[in-house]
Amino acid sequence: MLNRAFKLKIWALSVSFFIQWSRHISKKVHKCIYTHFLVKKKQRCRVLLLHKKYFCYDFNMLKMANEKQKIVELKNAVIRFAGDSGDGMQLTGNLFLDSTAIVGNDFATFPDYPAEIRAPQGTISGVSGFQINFGDKDIHTSGDLANVLVAMNPASLKANMNWITNDAIIIVDSDAFIEKNMVKAGYENNPLTDGSLTGHLLIDAPITTMTKDAVKELGLDNKSAQKSKNMFALGMVLYMFNREYHNTIKFFEQKFKSNPIVVEANKKVLIAGYHFADTIEAFASTFKIEPAPLEKGLYRNVTGNLATAWGFLAASERSGRNLFLGSYPITPASEILQEIAKHKQFSAIAFQAEDEIAGIVSTIGASFAGAMAITTTSGPGLSLKSEAIGLAVMTELPIVIVDVQRGGPSTGLPTKSEQSDLMQALYGRNGEAPVIVLAARSAADCFYSAYEASKLAMEHMTPVILLTDGSLANGSEVFLIPKVASLPEINPPIAEPNDPDYLPYKRDDKKLNRKWAVAGTVGLRHRIGGLEKEDLTGHVSYDPLNHEKMTKLRQEKVDRVADYIPELNVTGEEEGDLLVVGWGGTYGVLLTAIEELREEGEKVSFAHFKHIMPLPKNTKEVLSKFKRILVCENNMGQFVNYLKMSFPENDYMQFNKIQGLPFKVIELKDHITSLLNG
Amino acid sequence: MENVINTAELQLTKKDFESDRMVKWCPGCGDHAILKAVENVFPVLGIPKEKFVVVSGIGCSSRFPYYMNTYGIHGIHGRAAALATGIKLTNPELSVWMITGDGDSMAIGGNHFIHVVRRNPDINVLLFNNKIYGLTKGQFSPTTPQGAKTKTSPQGTFEAPFNPGELVMGAHGKFFARVVDTNIKMMTQVFEEASHHKGTSVVEILENCVIFNNKIHALITSRETKDENQLFLEAGKPMIFGKEKDKGIVLRGTQLEVVKIGENGITEENILVHDPTTEDAGIHTMLASMMPPAFPAALGVIRSVKSKTFEQAVWASVAHEKETSKLKSVDNLLRTGNTWIKD
Repeated sequence: MLNRAFKLKIWALSVSFFIQWSRHISKKVHKCIYTHFLVKKKQRCRVLLLHKKYFCYDFNMLKMANEKQKIVELKNAVIRFAGDSGDGMQLTGNLFLDSTAIVGNDFATFPDYPAEIRAPQGTISGVSGFQINFGDKDIHTSGDLANVLVAMNPASLKANMNWITNDAIIIVDSDAFIEKNMVKAGYENNPLTDGSLTGHLLIDAPITTMTKDAVKELGLDNKSAQKSKNMFALGMVLYMFNREYHNTIKFFEQKFKSNPIVVEANKKVLIAGYHFADTIEAFASTFKIEPAPLEKGLYRNVTGNLATAWGFLAASERSGRNLFLGSYPITPASEILQEIAKHKQFSAIAFQAEDEIAGIVSTIGASFAGAMAITTTSGPGLSLKSEAIGLAVMTELPIVIVDVQRGGPSTGLPTKSEQSDLMQALYGRNGEAPVIVLAARSAADCFYSAYEASKLAMEHMTPVILLTDGSLANGSEVFLIPKVASLPEINPPIAEPNDPDYLPYKRDDKKLNRKWAVAGTVGLRHRIGGLEKEDLTGHVSYDPLNHEKMTKLRQEKVDRVADYIPELNVTGEEEGDLLVVGWGGTYGVLLTAIEELREEGEKVSFAHFKHIMPLPKNTKEVLSKFKRILVCENNMGQFVNYLKMSFPENDYMQFNKIQGLPFKVIELKDHITSLLNG
Repeated sequence: MENVINTAELQLTKKDFESDRMVKWCPGCGDHAILKAVENVFPVLGIPKEKFVVVSGIGCSSRFPYYMNTYGIHGIHGRAAALATGIKLTNPELSVWMITGDGDSMAIGGNHFIHVVRRNPDINVLLFNNKIYGLTKGQFSPTTPQGAKTKTSPQGTFEAPFNPGELVMGAHGKFFARVVDTNIKMMTQVFEEASHHKGTSVVEILENCVIFNNKIHALITSRETKDENQLFLEAGKPMIFGKEKDKGIVLRGTQLEVVKIGENGITEENILVHDPTTEDAGIHTMLASMMPPAFPAALGVIRSVKSKTFEQAVWASVAHEKETSKLKSVDNLLRTGNTWIKD
């Protein structure tokens, strides 16, 4: 992940800092450590010597004199902005993101925020973070560990120490490291001075003081003056990565149009931070990442939830059917409901129901009345919707159910991510109740997955469950904006008025779908419901043979969707020893791990599933070409068991992580390497 | 409703709404009479037959859609209100009739019931209240009188019952009426009024379950006692009842009271005159609460207040957004905010 040059540079700086720090304590100790590094880290120390850096530690602030500041080119870098949940770190991260987009890097982000809206200030549980991984090639993940951490208080430093590299640059607001805050964070000693940050390049800047100084002439009160301290940190990071700040200022001018003093304050603080970073020469060199070779076109940043909502709106427009969303707010799915609610201009109706059940049942009603009907939820909500999904299966009405998976069971980990609803999506209903199951693989792919889910539901007259997850929902990535007209057509089998041959359960020969006779259409009055239906007529039927026939038809209808979905692709050789398999939201991290392993010369292939029910037609063949199959997923092994059930002839292994967190590239690589060498 | 057509032009009759399915309710069940009344009403409303949608939940009454030749959907237990809301929001031109029972709408669907009333979509709710679970064979429901012995309350229930009218008023409902299953004419008349009301109209039908709760409403419905225990309310008319039309309702302090006309100086002038249109639901709530033996049961339209419907509000917002939004297509939307070009 981390580029070698960057690593070396950081090491050089860190070691320099360490030496300087130890000098400050004891010249003798320093000598020992220095010697130790020379022996252990020859290569790194050579870099250090080449650059001939000398440090002096002064007034709690690092100063570095260098011969000439250099710009180091990196392949990619990961920055984590962290602070109290009131410190505006999400905004800081997003503003950095905008500048990243302008220079043309590819990127992916992930916000890390507490379940509590405003946990006690200054505590670990109140820490809010935003991580961005940006680079000069395709970026598929938000990065394992951060190379740069911005920590606005002791709690955010403590909370993130496990999420940064051993040699990460740490920027802190030294003004926040007062006794009271350190106690709140659970520090017994001051981490800035007790040696616990050894190995890092620490830049402890009195950000609050300098922020107040920067806005002094504006006459703001103390509280307002401090508000823009996050922009001071942003200014520093912009400098560090050779970015210019004019676009950020433009943003202030738009965002705070009605409040010129706020524009002015943010502007002054941002520039102060930028110049501070320059003046103190804290960075031996600044960094630069070349634009990524992305396909030509118009781009934007999207989160998974935003992309999901937009995919539905696009499907509604393309199918000519008004969008109806019946939903109940639930973390981490609510943003989809919020987004659709904004777009009544497209005749999209977002109905916030009184509960999860009313959410889906209103959706079924809307579908009966001819809308492109969807409902959105997370795991606990999917449980509540089970019975109603069965009704949609029985009535063979098109609906899409989005499950933005989170950690479970029960309330579980509302703001964390997991892939543990797969079995629930496949089988979590009474009776034989097959539905199409899709799983989006990235934030941008949520757009296409929502679109495809709508198309399949309407064209095949069946409920579709679309699985995304908390990481996709809130994470963001670069999205090449498509033209809606370029998306595949959507042609639902709408029954014509007065169709003399219409029968409610008469099926299409190929797809086995029934026709969609929208309530209100002349000449097609009919009744449907949850009781078993007689073949063709749809009358209530308790006939044993009819029930068996209808049960098989409903399954067959879903199975035949395999003729209408893409085949499974393999990254790498199409046969061999080891095939790594994933599904849904783990795509980015798995792909990154496989690409890196292959670059390092390992022979390993990769297949990723977006279509779960039915599976792509060539699945059996793809799997059969490998001696061993490693299925990686964020649950106890639900997909591997599904594969074992479907294709028992293969040799499966599993790698699972159930921590509410995505896989790290490094842990995947380590595991795969051990398998390959073992 | 934009497509109201002259009834004569439509030339609809009862036959147009009769289904070819065998009606499988128990002989003597009140459902039969209610079905007849609905079949009386649909042809005269001036609505084309394909615009009717009958929805239901689960229970004996909820088989209703299968016995009507309209669009129909038999849903899941308690959730008919949500089905109806989805249908009406999607296509406001449809005439949506929700059939539910006291178990379906007061127990498992109690939440949906109060919320549909609160939101006020233009749907007609026929609540068949036989105060018992019929389809599951005789367990008490949320409207079963306290102390009643049923299969699941062999010592008598320990629970205070709901009065559906009070729930409607509590949820700021705009239309509530009550009828008895023994009077098809009354049902026909009130169902028609419910249909014409724009907004959620709840009609409670005091219904007999001949198998599991026979004669539960006998005091109100039997030939011998009904005159003394029924007060049929009509807008602008005094609340007079009794075989001799000699009893009435007055407001004494903050309470309703039954008085005899001609006694203690009471004349017809003193009797309360029914006004179903007052925004304040105080008197309506008291009327809905009246029950024998202390009071007659109030029948007819107890409350009917004009108000904007849910779907009117939603679609007015759609129209406004269409007119004012700069986003004319999803392509526009995808290009809002920060975008950048890669050459």
